[in-house]
Amino acid sequence: MIQNRREFVKVSGVLGLMAAAGLITMKEAQAQQQAWNKAAFDTKSLEDTIKALGGSATAPSGDITITAPDIAENGAVVPVAVSSKIPNTQGIYVLVEKNPNTLAAGFTIPSGTEPSVATRIKMGQTSNVHAVVKADNKFYVATKEIKVTLGGCGG
Amino acid sequence: MPDPMRIRATEQPDGVDVRVLMSHEMEGGQRRDSAGQLVPAHFISNVTVNHNGKPVLTAEWGPAVSKNPYLQFKFKGGKKGEKISVTWVDNKGETRTDEATIG
Repeated sequence: MIQNRREFVKVSGVLGLMAAAGLITMKEAQAQQQAWNKAAFDTKSLEDTIKALGGSATAPSGDITITAPDIAENGAVVPVAVSSKIPNTQGIYVLVEKNPNTLAAGFTIPSGTEPSVATRIKMGQTSNVHAVVKADNKFYVATKEIKVTLGGCGG
Repeated sequence: MPDPMRIRATEQPDGVDVRVLMSHEMEGGQRRDSAGQLVPAHFISNVTVNHNGKPVLTAEWGPAVSKNPYLQFKFKGGKKGEKISVTWVDNKGETRTDEATIG
């Protein structure tokens, strides 16, 4: 019995130390870091991004709505909202054609979550913004041009 | 330790509306400092929103997301009084988790 208790104390001590040293959260953090699709974020065009995301072609779709200003005064903060009416939407991606890297953000939509997200992105210059929706492992796209009067990349 | 997030989650007839405002520099890696040196990129790369331990949204971001990122979405199945948690990780391995109660 005493032996068991010692073992228990030892184990909990080690676990406690790990948590205190941030080892456990570090591991978690690293696991999440690895989930970042570097290849996709390095791409320079819509076609390349789709390839890096595992697709081959995109079909234009009227079921994707991009809500964003026609003219953004400040390219550093451009509010963009994307919603999809395509059934089984699994993911939403926001791409800016003329940014140094095309892909700005990607969202994974589990079932039960509405296929509609809003965020704010940076735009270097006036450009087409593509909203790509992944549904049933197919890719759909809608495009809107946003004019930028003051760029948000570089300075 | 990075600054806390501001999270607002409200129950609405068609689901729980979640709005998150994070505090992060989101350095794009394109900008040069006064000495002409490139400022290295420093940005949030992954965001996870959990409700009852189950992810309701995960996001992968590049450096093109604006400084102090904003995120809004809606999910079904949440009730008033329940908790959601939001976690982000940046490309330097820094992380922060904050909780909010659905109101």
